[in-house]
Amino acid sequence: MADAMTADVSDAAPSKQLVRGGIDIERIGAVAARKDQLFHALCFLAAMVLMATLLGLIGSLAYGGWPALSHFGLSFFTSSTWDPVADQYGAAGPIVGTLITAFMAMILALPLAIGIAVFLVEFCPSSVGYWVGLAVELLAGIPSIVYGMWGLFVLAPWFAEHVQMPLMMSVVPGSLMDRIFAGVPNGANIFTASLILAIMVLPYIATVFRELLLSVPPHVREAAYGIGCTPFEVVGSIMLPYIRRSAIGAVMLGLGRALGETMAVTFIIGNSHAFPKSLFDSGSTIASTIANEFTEATGDMHISALIALGFVLFIITFAALAGARLLLGGEKA
Amino acid sequence: MGHASFVKPVNQARHRRRKLVNYIFVGLTSLATLIAVTALVMILTSLVMNGIGGLNMHIFTMDQPPPGEVGGLRNALVGSLMLCGAAMLLSVIIGILAGTWLAEYGDNNRLASVVRFLNDVLLSAPSILIGLFVYELLVRPFHGFSAIAGAVALAFLATPVVTRTTEDILRLQSNALREAGMALGAGKGYVIRAIVWRASRSGLVTGALLGFARISGETAPLLFTSLGNPFLNLQLTQPMAALPTTIFQFALSAYDDWRSLAWVGAMIIALTVLSANIIGRALARGGKK
Repeated sequence: MADAMTADVSDAAPSKQLVRGGIDIERIGAVAARKDQLFHALCFLAAMVLMATLLGLIGSLAYGGWPALSHFGLSFFTSSTWDPVADQYGAAGPIVGTLITAFMAMILALPLAIGIAVFLVEFCPSSVGYWVGLAVELLAGIPSIVYGMWGLFVLAPWFAEHVQMPLMMSVVPGSLMDRIFAGVPNGANIFTASLILAIMVLPYIATVFRELLLSVPPHVREAAYGIGCTPFEVVGSIMLPYIRRSAIGAVMLGLGRALGETMAVTFIIGNSHAFPKSLFDSGSTIASTIANEFTEATGDMHISALIALGFVLFIITFAALAGARLLLGGEKA
Repeated sequence: MGHASFVKPVNQARHRRRKLVNYIFVGLTSLATLIAVTALVMILTSLVMNGIGGLNMHIFTMDQPPPGEVGGLRNALVGSLMLCGAAMLLSVIIGILAGTWLAEYGDNNRLASVVRFLNDVLLSAPSILIGLFVYELLVRPFHGFSAIAGAVALAFLATPVVTRTTEDILRLQSNALREAGMALGAGKGYVIRAIVWRASRSGLVTGALLGFARISGETAPLLFTSLGNPFLNLQLTQPMAALPTTIFQFALSAYDDWRSLAWVGAMIIALTVLSANIIGRALARGGKK
């Protein structure tokens, strides 16, 4: 880049000195050209900073996590003994917790998101639609920590009293249901964490679905109406199959968000490193473990194990987000 | 033997069933929307109900108190403003330049699509990982938490948002505008700076506002970069308090007065982020018309 710059300037400057009315046009041109090249170089540099950020992110997580990964090997993924005192780290609990909460959140959020998108595109009068759309987008804007506080102080007590207790009372002791609903009735468990996650990823998926539904060509949609389909049949048999491929992308985008969500989950999941044994058992996710322990970690191996967890999280979310981007193509990811 | 035999008689039962299914469908989609709107309303009301009572002048004039004493959130508010300000300075410069490169120079070559892809990944990457990265980058080597590290972590989060919005908004400008500038003899870079940027000014502001909205409530990346500080600190090389980290600490404490301060802080943050979002979107709508 530097070579090109100097070469350009030197062959422009001394050749012919055309002076008109005291203004040296060649010189002005050369200065402008140099400025433009500098500007181009700066823009390019900024784009490269972005690229370097992501590469640096992967590199630093791999580097920082390597001592733990190489020391514990495969047992880092298979063991669920997370014991800072004995310096033993097995991350199966947080990894499984991350996957379970993210998938449960998606199961809860997906039907709602599709419902909202269909309502906004098909049934909603446009005057109301703007405000509903705004409300959904604002839901995306609420900071994670606010969701966490709301979950801990409002949702969890309500859930414990009105859902968890009645359910635990009503099931037959020892039955399958009893095992599913077992847990400390304080509302802080993997189910409520998934519930909060579902509310948090809902606006992202709903917004993408809305854009996808709007991208269905009007003649396809109108042809379906023309042969007498009901709106349900148009959406269910024509529009949703039409956007099928991108819809999977939207789901993976939501999954990527849910997997890495930190603060809200940290507040409400109950933070225990064991495998969650029931729906209402406390658990932990990778992100919540890092948030809780990183500043208090003293041993090098503990820090390294937490960074290794971060590396695992990065690989999982990267896979989800890259898949989302590939399936969504040019759509916003 | 008339033409009537070609027309199948309407199956009344089936017709009724299709209509019924459709009504249920409309009802369910409305219900889904209602649930989302209700969630928003419930969260906002519980924020205001719990937060408004503690809102007074002390919040802005006094630092955080020890449990049981009167105090405010001044150190956290000032810290948040400084961290976000420094982060936005970095990310607006890098984001607008990078977005410009993607829209105007990189266009459709291989490298540009790689950068675009990585930017999209960064846009949704878990923020706590950015915190870990900056810890390795700026905290561990210098043996200490600092406001600079916090600001850099926030900048990494805001830059992809600014880049994305900038690219989108520059692509909306018509090529006639660029050609007109070049026809007057201006170089490409001058056309971008003097014409394209100026025409998309409100869009660029939107990008910055959305970036700000993204980072002002972020907690996770600050936990192990700027750490937090119970005292007012204006030095960028020292640990610095921020509203979200203070809320995190106070909300999980056992003291009622700390918890009520956390609610006030949460209300302030939520209202700030929501207004940044609304203003940003309003500007974007105005710019497109």
